[in-house]
Amino acid sequence: MDNLIEIKNLHATIDGKEILKGINLSVKPGEVHAIMGPNGSGKSTLSNVLVGHPAYTVTEGEIIYKGQDLLALSPEERSHAGIFLSFQYPVEIAGVSMTNFMRAAINAKREAQGLPAMSAGDFLKLMRDKRALVNLDSKLANRSVNEGFSGGEKKRNEIFQMAMLEPTLSILDETDSGLDIDALRIVAEGVNKLKRPDTSTLVITHYQRLLDYIKPDIVHVLYNGRIVKTAGPELALELEERGYDWIKNPQAE
Amino acid sequence: MSNEKEYIEIFDNNRPLIETLCSALLNKERAKAFEQFKSTGFPKRDDEEYRRTPIDKLFAADYGMNLGRLPLQGSPADFFSCDVPNLRARQEYIINDSFYRDAAEKSPLPEGVLLGSLDQFAQTHPELVEAYYNRQAQESDSLAQFNTTFVQDGLLLYVPRDTKLSEPIQIVTLLRSNIEMLSNRRLLIIIDQNATADLLICDHSSNDKQTLSTQVTEIFLRRGAALNIVEIEETGEKNSRLAHLLVNQESDSRLNHCCITLTNGLTRNNIKVTLAGSGAEAHLGGLAICDKNQHTDNNTLVEHKASHCNSSELYKYILDEEATGVFSGRMLICPDAQQTTSCQTNRNLCLTKCARMYAQPQLEIYADDVKCSHGSTVGQLDENALFYMQQRGISKDEARHLLMFAFAGEVIEKINIEALRDRLHLLIEKRFRGELNRCKRCALCKQ
Ligand SMILES: Nc1ncnc2c1ncn2[C@@H]1O[C@H](COP(=O)(O)OP(=O)(O)O)[C@@H](O)[C@H]1O
Ligand SMILES: [Mg+2]
Repeated sequence: MDNLIEIKNLHATIDGKEILKGINLSVKPGEVHAIMGPNGSGKSTLSNVLVGHPAYTVTEGEIIYKGQDLLALSPEERSHAGIFLSFQYPVEIAGVSMTNFMRAAINAKREAQGLPAMSAGDFLKLMRDKRALVNLDSKLANRSVNEGFSGGEKKRNEIFQMAMLEPTLSILDETDSGLDIDALRIVAEGVNKLKRPDTSTLVITHYQRLLDYIKPDIVHVLYNGRIVKTAGPELALELEERGYDWIKNPQAE
Repeated sequence: MSNEKEYIEIFDNNRPLIETLCSALLNKERAKAFEQFKSTGFPKRDDEEYRRTPIDKLFAADYGMNLGRLPLQGSPADFFSCDVPNLRARQEYIINDSFYRDAAEKSPLPEGVLLGSLDQFAQTHPELVEAYYNRQAQESDSLAQFNTTFVQDGLLLYVPRDTKLSEPIQIVTLLRSNIEMLSNRRLLIIIDQNATADLLICDHSSNDKQTLSTQVTEIFLRRGAALNIVEIEETGEKNSRLAHLLVNQESDSRLNHCCITLTNGLTRNNIKVTLAGSGAEAHLGGLAICDKNQHTDNNTLVEHKASHCNSSELYKYILDEEATGVFSGRMLICPDAQQTTSCQTNRNLCLTKCARMYAQPQLEIYADDVKCSHGSTVGQLDENALFYMQQRGISKDEARHLLMFAFAGEVIEKINIEALRDRLHLLIEKRFRGELNRCKRCALCKQ
């Protein structure tokens, strides 16, 4: 089957410093890939480059998504094409209500698809249905985006937005960090419910525990800007037991 | 010839004409104001108060003045329509510098309420007008004296004690002329003891001629009175506005004022509030949305003269392209003003490197038992928030609008006239999208 996304020899810099040093990674429709690796390896950098964050410069390589050159698309076009990032640090937006924010997002996507704006009634129903998926309090939906949300609420809010936008490729950047075990379960179950045979997920995490719920097909280890190891789900368990040192210093084996 | 000399000469030459067309009361104050203006002239370049908004050059252009009070052809309805949907309001017009007597059927006002031409009321109710007219303006600066010197009419609103106006009053000031024109407007608003009123003042220009207007609004809030007042300026690049809003508040009175500069050329709003009686409250809001070369200068002075008064100020500016914003806010807490609470906040967004904001908060405290604070910030739109929204599919422009709208919203939320708030939200959104039609018709109606 064709790849949903194919990353070839990707190099990227921020403020002139090279962080990604030749990433190769392909994901097929329906697959779940886990990306693990110590702090500072470049995992968030990879996520940000995939969604077109302007602070990063791609210096080499290419990304083919659904057969087209992803790097040629603006961040919003990538979103319309079905790419979603659950941010490691969701942004607080004072004064913009969740409702207005989501309405703008949904209607921007519909406009890109040549559809008319959603009716107020349909929109509110959609909000209600998707909120239930991650147990997001209706009070939060009336507040400003992420403002005053606890760490766990912010992460649930990311998955709520994912549910609203129904992406084809979801990137979850440490969506499990800061979650207690109940919240983790809710978030993971939400992600699983949203899974369709043609959608793919990149799960960035340090810990096995999220992968107990969201079962990866393939596990990669990203270290120092490169993917240094790729294997099946058993690799995550091995990392849980042994840590990363054996990967950082392969000669010490 | 310096600009003030020219106007002194115009006045000397036309004095008989102006005076025969006007009530004795206005003329009496005019004589005093003229003497003052003659001795001081316009604020000079070295005048600290007008440093960022030089005045004398504004008067250099060759403006026409309607000193002979020639009536305007046609009615406002021919070239202007504004019924502010969802806001049931009684409408009155000041065209150029005269109250417009329209034939429209209007619901009767509560007994004792006076609403109409200032000059007429100066003749029919001289005791009332004499007691208030020019009482505050005579203490004000030379621009106010200039206004009093030339003013021939304007609007008077008097709400007698214990009377509550159920419907907001909308006053539309319209500039209409086929030549470059200077007009001098006057408003006198007296809310008597325990009376209340809601007021919306819309400043429009309905042509593309260069205009300059001076406006002096004197407001008296007697004991226990309450006034909500929203001013919206929707003029054009060729219009300059020099306005004074002077408010005197007796004990336990409440003022809620909001001044919105939506579109303009050059604007200077002088706002002075005197809290003269204990327990008075004044809440001032301001929002300026400027682009191109627009210039908005809000200069406030809140003077706490009595104890247990409470004042707040929130002024926000959104400056795009090469716009300039100026905010000078002075809080003066006099020795007798114990138990004062007073806070001032000024927040500014500069969207480009060329946009300029000058902010100068000043706090002078001569009483010891007070709670006062002030703060001013200048910033840009939050790049992280913009990107977050873009990731969700919202275009960068739309994301910018949402952030600007959120920024402006804080000022709108403080307006006490509920029906107006919703309309303003829409109006501001349109302003950001560049959809505001600045000609002929009020944008409030075009939604
Ligand atoms: N603005 C920046 N300038 C220079 N280096 C940066 C900047 N931002 C992040 N980095 C570096 O990039 C590297 C990768 O960071 P990141 O992608 O966040 O790693 P991870 O998500 O794997 O923890 C880190 O070493 C970090 O210090
Ligand atoms: Mg990270």
